[in-house]
Amino acid sequence: MSDTETSTPAELLTFRLGDQEYSLDIMCVREIRGWTKTTPLPHAPKHMKGVINLRGTVLPVMDLAERLGMAPRKHTDRNVIIVVKHKESMTGLLVDAVSDIIALTENDLQPPPDMTPNAPAGVIKALTLLDDRMIRVLDLSNIIETETAEAA
Amino acid sequence: MTDASDPMAEIRASFFIECEELLEAMQDGLQTIDDGEWDNETINVVFRAVHSIKGGAGAFGLESLVRFAHRYETVMDSVRSGTMNVDNDLLKLFFRCADHLSDLVRCARDGLDSPEEQGKSLVGELDASIGLTGDEVEEPEEEIEFQPMGLSLDLGLDLPDMAASLDLPQFEIEFAPAAELFDTGNEPFQILKALRDLGECEIECVTDKLVSLEQLSAETPYLYWKVTLSANVDPAEVASVFEFVDGLCTLKIEALSVSEGAAELETDATLEDLPPPLPTVADEPIVQAEKVETKDPVVTRSASQAKAPGAAAAKSVVRVDLDRIERLVNLVGELVINQAMLSQSLESAGLSPHSDAMNGLEEFQRLTRDIQDSVMMIRAQPVKSLFQRMSRIVRESSAAVSKDVRLETEGENTEVDKTVIERLADPLTHMIRNAVDHGLETTQEREAAGKSSQGIVRLSAAHRSGRVVIEVSDDGGGINRPKVQEIAIKKGLIPADSVLTDTEVDNLLFLPGFSTAASVSDLSGRGVGMDVVRTSIQALGGRITITSQEGVGTTFSISLPLTLAVLDGMVVQVAEETLVLPLNVVVETLTLTQDNLDQVRPGLDVVRVRGAFVPLFDLGVSLGYREKKDDYTDSVVLLIAHEDGSRAALIVDEIQDQRQVVIKGLDDSFYRAPGIAAATILGDGQIALILDPSDIIANAQDPSLTKFAS
Repeated sequence: MSDTETSTPAELLTFRLGDQEYSLDIMCVREIRGWTKTTPLPHAPKHMKGVINLRGTVLPVMDLAERLGMAPRKHTDRNVIIVVKHKESMTGLLVDAVSDIIALTENDLQPPPDMTPNAPAGVIKALTLLDDRMIRVLDLSNIIETETAEAA
Repeated sequence: MTDASDPMAEIRASFFIECEELLEAMQDGLQTIDDGEWDNETINVVFRAVHSIKGGAGAFGLESLVRFAHRYETVMDSVRSGTMNVDNDLLKLFFRCADHLSDLVRCARDGLDSPEEQGKSLVGELDASIGLTGDEVEEPEEEIEFQPMGLSLDLGLDLPDMAASLDLPQFEIEFAPAAELFDTGNEPFQILKALRDLGECEIECVTDKLVSLEQLSAETPYLYWKVTLSANVDPAEVASVFEFVDGLCTLKIEALSVSEGAAELETDATLEDLPPPLPTVADEPIVQAEKVETKDPVVTRSASQAKAPGAAAAKSVVRVDLDRIERLVNLVGELVINQAMLSQSLESAGLSPHSDAMNGLEEFQRLTRDIQDSVMMIRAQPVKSLFQRMSRIVRESSAAVSKDVRLETEGENTEVDKTVIERLADPLTHMIRNAVDHGLETTQEREAAGKSSQGIVRLSAAHRSGRVVIEVSDDGGGINRPKVQEIAIKKGLIPADSVLTDTEVDNLLFLPGFSTAASVSDLSGRGVGMDVVRTSIQALGGRITITSQEGVGTTFSISLPLTLAVLDGMVVQVAEETLVLPLNVVVETLTLTQDNLDQVRPGLDVVRVRGAFVPLFDLGVSLGYREKKDDYTDSVVLLIAHEDGSRAALIVDEIQDQRQVVIKGLDDSFYRAPGIAAATILGDGQIALILDPSDIIANAQDPSLTKFAS
């Protein structure tokens, strides 16, 4: 949690998953690219969409909606893959659509209300209001790293 | 590693690279001595290595390194000069010193603190070995550092025996070249050499006229030589050596009175013809004369070149940054992908296979392959350096558990991709430690079992059918299977009532969190065990197997791909997905018919291949891509062979191609797919997974994953 990318972000990339709005620290976003067919990995967890060719390297892609426990949806051409870098590895996050980049200060962020003990471990690290819409700020390390624990 | 803006950094870096080579030569030499097949040259090689390290270290002001190397060198020198004999204890000390020296070099390179404690005790032992007490050596410490050491090199000049030379007439020659001497293209070295051809020479290079660096003028000679020549020659003959430099130097030849003063008169006569003696230079600061035992520095250098270590014909070698090779490898990889794309698009364009374009493409393919092979050769390295590191591990770990262990190596010239070598170091270290700690019995137990008290750990490497097989074996007690099973049950790794075959029991060792050592020693048994070894071997695309025989020993055998960069693959289609199988595991392909398909029991189908039953798996089902089909008649089957000789048949939908694919590592940091070794990029830019067939079969046999039953 001491990473710079998990500290209070200055700018956030917002995107939609279903009818909900989420955001990520823009500093960990490397690029955004259109949806291409993934090569599925055998016996992978549901939200692991597979791997794609990112200019000669193999990039694992995760369906963020399914990772957060939403129902699986059909993929459309509007879907995009946000390529994020966490620690030294790159991951693609499949989202419905990217909306905006917003600048926030720490005062704009509120901690999420207490979760039930069984809730997914802190994937949402803060909430904020923008034009009366709730935007969830995701904790990238918990999204990616909890995965390690489950897989191992 | 080093600051690029610092001009010294580059020289420093190359010094450390050189050190690595020297350390390797040193280890090599010591190993030869250990094997008992050595001569004086072997000692010289080791000595020179230590000496060169010392010299370089001095230039960079690496005090602790210089000091230790000097002590080491001193002891080695007495071995070299024959005043000391190499026995087992001394050799062990030498090995430990070599290890310490490598530590020091590495510490110096990485800017870490050197392990002083260890150094002190080793220096103590070194001193003790040449019969010095700590006090005696304390004093000269300051001045010893930079004396050039004479290297006794066999120059093949047939020098007369020292004892015989005592009776010969002696000449004392002082030879100081003037600047003009060099202008006319003369070379003092040649003159000194000519003198030595006359007889026994003691040449001393006098540096007392040498000025400080700021005042130094490049064209003024500052050095002069004092030569004591004992030879049965006419003084005129001595003078004739200087014939060509007459007037170009200051020369003084004096015949010394020997037992018979016969030569005296003649010498005096000759002297009159000679130029006046060299003026004394009393007002200049007297620098301590550097005594060179037999020759001047020039001689030493050319001589050591003439007799290079190993005396093998020196190949010319280019040192290349690994990054550049990496880049080349990547580019060639891209080239292979592009070539695949090109051939795919030409084919889909409907060109006749006999058209010029297709013929040209074929040639292009062949060239690409040649380039690729050559590039891979660049990366290949002998496993020797790895094995040398292991011999150190054996020494250290056997000392830690006080067992007498000898490491035997075989096939250390086997070449493997550099990355493989690097990534093998940790797992091998672990296995060697295991072999010493757990594999071998204690000395008492060995003696009780009627074995030699010295345990043997063997490390071998060999190429076997396109792979590298590395084996670590010990001649210990073998795996105590009842105990292994008992521990596994106690730790809840297997059910208490399970009946396991020997191989299954052996494989329990690879389970996470398994440790058989009754007591946790410093060495191994910290919970990170063979499972970590297996994981890292698998990450390299390799496999590890155990064979063990009670009372005879245990062998761990690692089989690895030669390279991590390309693979000959068979491209197949399964449930709409394109997959690649390593070609070397595919032995044949066949089609299923009513006749050759049989069922042993629900869940286990076999195909009959020339009378043998081979278990059958649907690849699509094993990978979870589809449900099992009702009828497999007419399906294409790939017959694959395991390393251990067992076979299996995989059902695929279609075989597409056989081609070389570039291996792209899968980032398995958050998901490691079972049965998948790596990935590759196909001609159309799509990713295809490269399968690890044995992993798939292992998983398919695992009841929790098997869905295939017809």
